[in-house]
Amino acid sequence: MTIKEIFQSMDYGEAPESAAEAFAWITDNGAQFGQFIDGAFTPPRADFLSRNPANGETLAELSQATSEEVDQAVAAARKAQGKWEKLGGHGRARVLYAIARLLQKHSRLFAVLETLDNGKPIRESRDIDIPLVQRHFYYHAGMAQLMDSELPDAEALGVCGQIIPWNFPLLMLAWKVAPALAMGNTVVLKPAEYTSLTALLFADICRQAGLPKGVLNIITGDGAVGEMIVSHTDINKIAFTGSTAVGRKIRAATAGSGKALTLELGGKSPYIVFDDADLDSAVEGLVDAIWFNQGQVCCAGSRLLVQEGVAESFYTKLKARMAKLRVGSPLDKSIDVGAIVDPVQLKSIESMVAANDEGNLYAAPVELPSEGCFYAPTLITGLSPASKLMQEEIFGPVLVSTTFRTPAEAVSLANNTRYGLAATVWSENVNLALDIAPKLAAGVVWVNATNLFDAAAGFGGVRESGFGREGGWEGLAAYTKPKAKPKALAQTAPNTGKGGLETGALDRTEKLYIGGKQARPDGGYSREIFAKSGKLVSQAPIASRKDIRNAVEAARGAAAWGKTTGHLRAQILYYMAENLEARGSEFARRIDAMKGGKSGMREVEASVKRLFSYAAWADKFDGL
Amino acid sequence: MIIKDKAGQVHLPQTTEPRNAGMPLDLDWVARVQANTSAIERRAASLPARRSVKKAHQAAWLLKALTCIDLTTLAGDDTAGRVARLCAKARQPVREDILEALGMGPITVGAVCVYHDMIAPAAEALAGSGIPIAAVSTGFPAGLSPFHLRVKEIEESVKAGASEIDIVISRRHVLTQDWQALYDEMRAFRAACGDAHVKAILATGELGSLRNVARASLICMMAGADFIKTSTGKESVNATLPVSLVMIRAIRDYEAATGFRIGYKPAGGISKAKDSLVYLSMMKEELGDRWLQPDLFRFGASSLLGDIERQLEHYVTGAYSASYRHAAG
Repeated sequence: MTIKEIFQSMDYGEAPESAAEAFAWITDNGAQFGQFIDGAFTPPRADFLSRNPANGETLAELSQATSEEVDQAVAAARKAQGKWEKLGGHGRARVLYAIARLLQKHSRLFAVLETLDNGKPIRESRDIDIPLVQRHFYYHAGMAQLMDSELPDAEALGVCGQIIPWNFPLLMLAWKVAPALAMGNTVVLKPAEYTSLTALLFADICRQAGLPKGVLNIITGDGAVGEMIVSHTDINKIAFTGSTAVGRKIRAATAGSGKALTLELGGKSPYIVFDDADLDSAVEGLVDAIWFNQGQVCCAGSRLLVQEGVAESFYTKLKARMAKLRVGSPLDKSIDVGAIVDPVQLKSIESMVAANDEGNLYAAPVELPSEGCFYAPTLITGLSPASKLMQEEIFGPVLVSTTFRTPAEAVSLANNTRYGLAATVWSENVNLALDIAPKLAAGVVWVNATNLFDAAAGFGGVRESGFGREGGWEGLAAYTKPKAKPKALAQTAPNTGKGGLETGALDRTEKLYIGGKQARPDGGYSREIFAKSGKLVSQAPIASRKDIRNAVEAARGAAAWGKTTGHLRAQILYYMAENLEARGSEFARRIDAMKGGKSGMREVEASVKRLFSYAAWADKFDGL
Repeated sequence: MIIKDKAGQVHLPQTTEPRNAGMPLDLDWVARVQANTSAIERRAASLPARRSVKKAHQAAWLLKALTCIDLTTLAGDDTAGRVARLCAKARQPVREDILEALGMGPITVGAVCVYHDMIAPAAEALAGSGIPIAAVSTGFPAGLSPFHLRVKEIEESVKAGASEIDIVISRRHVLTQDWQALYDEMRAFRAACGDAHVKAILATGELGSLRNVARASLICMMAGADFIKTSTGKESVNATLPVSLVMIRAIRDYEAATGFRIGYKPAGGISKAKDSLVYLSMMKEELGDRWLQPDLFRFGASSLLGDIERQLEHYVTGAYSASYRHAAG
């Protein structure tokens, strides 16, 4: 096109970011990668391919780790752990700082490689992913430095097995590796098989930063390698980010093994737009919520809830905005939506949307590239909470929507999900926003914004979105344990005895206490409780499944307790202490009878003190 | 009368677009307007990184930006000679050899913008060029002279040959939320303009909040403004991307409600070629390609042109260019 023609058409044209440096790095490494174990790469094999989803081209050949290699990686991590921890906070901070610096020095190389491997737009890898990666290493260099003074009672867990997904390959690595290393752990990390390249480049960087051998080991491969890590007996902690289905399997596999576990799983996060919101800004927020990273974001605002009065005008504005999204080559600097990570994922999105026959589907009228994995930004309105697409994670650029009438209905629709990762609220009314936000079952709630991340802000879910936090002080709990070695409790067995009531004594019936009432056990069974002396103390009711269900329902139904003031909770706790003390000798007598000895009164006194302590704190944390 | 310049371009909105007829003051709409500052700032901050225009496209876009400039001199020491020099630059904003190398015919800036007393010298210097003269008016920049004199000033400027009038609104009407007074004032200014088209300067740096900017934008459009403009260039804060976003979203809503397309003019502080590309891409993204023509988009700028010339020469020669290689304005 001539300049004169462009002057008329005012098209953007192409603005490609050069991939030459990234290809040179791949070529310099023979376009083949082994495992990074004990500070060196093992001889590579061509077990599987890393492809560019934007055009299907092969980027490199990768090796599927064998069980021997997994063992070697874990052994290297184990061997390095003690020394790494003893290096001290400052020593580790220096290394993490060097890593952060090197990540900055090679920032464009990382960004381009990430975009080649994953398909995300270069703008996102350049302006969001990689800067956040750097930020995580700076932040946790600081945490390593501060560990001695601020966390004097904490120590490393040991060897951490970390399994990360393909949607933010290097960022998820940073979320996991930075806090683990800062706290003195060593790591065996497996990147997703679709997107291993930036993790391998990162391994290269770590060598330059002077990270001791074995502190970080990176092994590549598919889920089978992940299973080997999860079931490895010499690993102290598993951290996983990925699907709820896999997370559930990992939890079952690690249960009872003594391994610590944190899971960051799926989501179907609500995006609530009230009628007093700045609608243009809320529309723009959706671009960041569901068309960021092609919607392949665990906390994507994928479930749009709009107040009925503004729904039509909101949808109109949203569709106009969607028509302006540019889908295409991820390396083009003017692209908003890049390639879906793999043909398998594209097929999954296509088949989920194809299986839906409810609502109205609007696909952005954008021209898709003729090759590669691309999917047009899509909006489906008029769905009901019962629609499958409202319940299940699509993990693609597909937004589903319904309307609500009242704030209460917004909350109930928002919480009508198995997940609880994130939520977004748009309203110009601060009272409404502050009322709604705490009612949403989500690990993070954004008000008048979405997908804001920082290393200092803990991230994680509730419900089937997982548990554990990444980032901030709370994130360190996932990679530390208390230094004190707990004393094992002395084994106690129930007292035995026989016989019934003492002659002449009046029978006393013990009951369950559920929902503020004394309740007989549903099963209708009791068991005898004997004193140390063998005399009968009482008959205790045996609770059944149903009694437990009733108790849980009663507790769930007492949610109003959380809304009482700290002042009221303090009074009630003090009053419990008062009543306990009034009947203290009766409690002490019973404890002494059951335990033997004379410690009952001391236990009662300790309990009164403890009740006072919590009463004292209760009104110091009002509203939290 | 349709005015065309040498390149056959048409500058005035009323010649290609049905002129904004305005509408009754709709206070419910005004009350509904929201502008979330932090969200708007985020959008404004990410915009420059979301679009990139390179090589031939960049050259073409810079030429487009150039044709949208209201080449401006608003100084106490303006003289007929100074204005004549500016007008000569307006007629030929880019060196001929550069234009030839770019394969472009002659182009001009969008308009020349002066104070009332400089209209006559400007008219003389621009005679036959088709370049419109914009005059700032209504007690510019503060707008605090007697109301009847402000109206009279418009009439005098139109009579003197200005076809575009840049009025200033009374900021106090916005700050005291006296929307009726703001509407009435704008109506009167518009009426005084007659066939000349009217740009409403909001002086956004003095309105206190983005929501006020949004409300003032809407009211001026309801009262018949052909263009809304950010600043006089004399406030301490002039055109910014967040303010622009708010104003062009108001333009979008007004078009959706009435069908009238209103022009936009950011003014003050836009001096780099790169900034002009960001503004053009913002117009393209938020409003559409129709707003990339000088009849609906203008830059109020004086030094922007010089930077664009240097970038154009860089495109042609591959070497960075010094400002002395381009004719002064």
